[in-house]
Amino acid sequence: MTFRGMLLASVAVACAAMPVSALADTSDKKIALSNNYAGNSWRQAMLTSWDKVTGEAVKAGVVAAADAFTTAENQATEQAAQIQNMILQGYDAIVLNAASPTALNGAVKEACDAGIIVVSFDGVVSEPCAWRIAVDFKEMGRSQVEYLSKKLPEGGNLLEIRGLAGVFVDDEISAGIHEGVKQFPQFKIVGSVHGDWAQDVAQKAVAGILPSLPEIAGVVTQGGDGYGAAQAIAAAKRPMPVIVMGNREDELKWWKEQKDAKNYETMSVSIAPGVSTLAFWVAQQILDGKEVKKDLVVPFLRIDQDNLEQNLAKTQAGGVANVEYTQADAIKVIEGAK
Amino acid sequence: MRRTVSADAIRLAIPALSLAILLGAVFWLQPRAMSYIGLNLLFNLAVPIALATIAQMLIMSVNDLDLAMGTFVSFVACVTATFLSEEPFFGVLILAGAVAVYAMLGVVIHLRNLPSIVVSLGMSFVWAGLAVLLLPAPGGQAPEWVRTVMTMKPPVAPMAIVASVVIAVVAHFIVMRSSLGVLIRGVGGNQRSVERAGWSVLAARAAAYALAGVFAVLAGISLVGLTTSADANIALRYTLLSIAGVILGGGEFIGGRISPIGAVIGALTLTLAGSFLSFLRISPDWQIGAQGAILIIVLALRLLLNRLENRDKRR
Repeated sequence: MTFRGMLLASVAVACAAMPVSALADTSDKKIALSNNYAGNSWRQAMLTSWDKVTGEAVKAGVVAAADAFTTAENQATEQAAQIQNMILQGYDAIVLNAASPTALNGAVKEACDAGIIVVSFDGVVSEPCAWRIAVDFKEMGRSQVEYLSKKLPEGGNLLEIRGLAGVFVDDEISAGIHEGVKQFPQFKIVGSVHGDWAQDVAQKAVAGILPSLPEIAGVVTQGGDGYGAAQAIAAAKRPMPVIVMGNREDELKWWKEQKDAKNYETMSVSIAPGVSTLAFWVAQQILDGKEVKKDLVVPFLRIDQDNLEQNLAKTQAGGVANVEYTQADAIKVIEGAK
Repeated sequence: MRRTVSADAIRLAIPALSLAILLGAVFWLQPRAMSYIGLNLLFNLAVPIALATIAQMLIMSVNDLDLAMGTFVSFVACVTATFLSEEPFFGVLILAGAVAVYAMLGVVIHLRNLPSIVVSLGMSFVWAGLAVLLLPAPGGQAPEWVRTVMTMKPPVAPMAIVASVVIAVVAHFIVMRSSLGVLIRGVGGNQRSVERAGWSVLAARAAAYALAGVFAVLAGISLVGLTTSADANIALRYTLLSIAGVILGGGEFIGGRISPIGAVIGALTLTLAGSFLSFLRISPDWQIGAQGAILIIVLALRLLLNRLENRDKRR
């Protein structure tokens, strides 16, 4: 066979093989997780969920590999280098929790140009060639007021606990809460403090503002601050308002105690760290040849009165309520976006 | 004669050797890297680091140390992604002003006899603050021409390699071959004798700082060319990386003993060390430690050879 003949033959083989690999077969594909930080319980839970779900997927032969990489330092330049290394290592898809929404765009573009699927989640990137699984933080804030409007139809005064000042997430959730108050004008925000998403900070801040407040009917929060608020209000011997919780284990435990003691009712909402597994399945679906919109929205994890015990039992001490997504969940999210 | 050549050669040989060994190991682990695109991916983020390393080397050549390198490069990146792309004239003006500030720092440090570490640490807060003012949230857009230059695909060797060679050669000519370079190194080696010879140490120090400013500005611009946009914290790591790069490349903290070619090789080695560890699949908890271990091994090697060299001299 001449060289030319060989070339033609191999092209023919490649053409014949191509449609097969584009259809419903990702068993030879490799997916990598590029993560910029692992220093808190949320991120630890995120990595554990990834290992668990992708480990099973690899064992079942859905994908060939799903390796997690975390940069040693939370720096965009280092993560850019990490992504470039992944390109060299021949991964077919990169699932990305980015250190910066913009500073990785160059590396992400290189990956796209090399034919790699990039799916960013939680910390999303703005590069148009990548997919984004974003959290609708605004809706998370608004839904709290909506819940309160059902619980307390006559309305009342609200205390708002915000997160870390100057962080995008804090602004978004707060904007959503204010939108909700506009929508349900029977509520009025009478006070606002920064709890930095930490129980101790929230407790101090709430204790400080309480004496200046009239009676409050509800407390809207951002997660990680509900337990501290409850402690401060209990210490001031004021009637307990409806405090919206944020899925942390101590918050759920306190809620459970109150529920058993005096039938206390509230709800809890936050983002499940298992969103990394949703991103994994979305990447797998894209590799599978599915048409997927570039911008997807993660459903947030909401805990209500009736499924409190169930969620509390599954949550580790000191951890965050979590949910691991399945392939079917990912398909639902993809379909929902169309 | 032969002896002096070999001393210089040894100074350069170790960084070059470590780079070659690391490169060999990376190629062995990841044969895919042994291509035009592969080399570019391995090294393109080393280009801004190499420029920052040269800047740090210039400061170190006059026995000073710049702890503001990372924040200054971040600041330049923010200027590049905002003013330089929207109002180029104004952007150039700001960057020129920043270089002038660097020269002024050299003057102030010399006149007031201040420790450069303290001054630059203070300045790092100034640069960080300005960067946050310019870009409170990550964003901005790289100017088209910067992007074009950084993503160019020259024939034969990839952009990252060509740029590294150009940086090394230009820096070599400025520092090792020009009379200004000799003067700057003289200030680091023996300030008093330079003074007695009738040169202005003040001017030399200001020039060294201004040149460092120019290289740091280039580092910031090239970084934005690679990332396409900026972030006020984008280059914080560069402070330590640049110092490590100079030392790895055969420079010393005092005495005006520096090597521009070595510094560029040092920057490349540092970048490569990160990739090497990641290809090895070392857990991130160990990676910083492992990176440190590579540094210590190279430095130990140098110390050993320095000692051999000294023993030769004594004979």
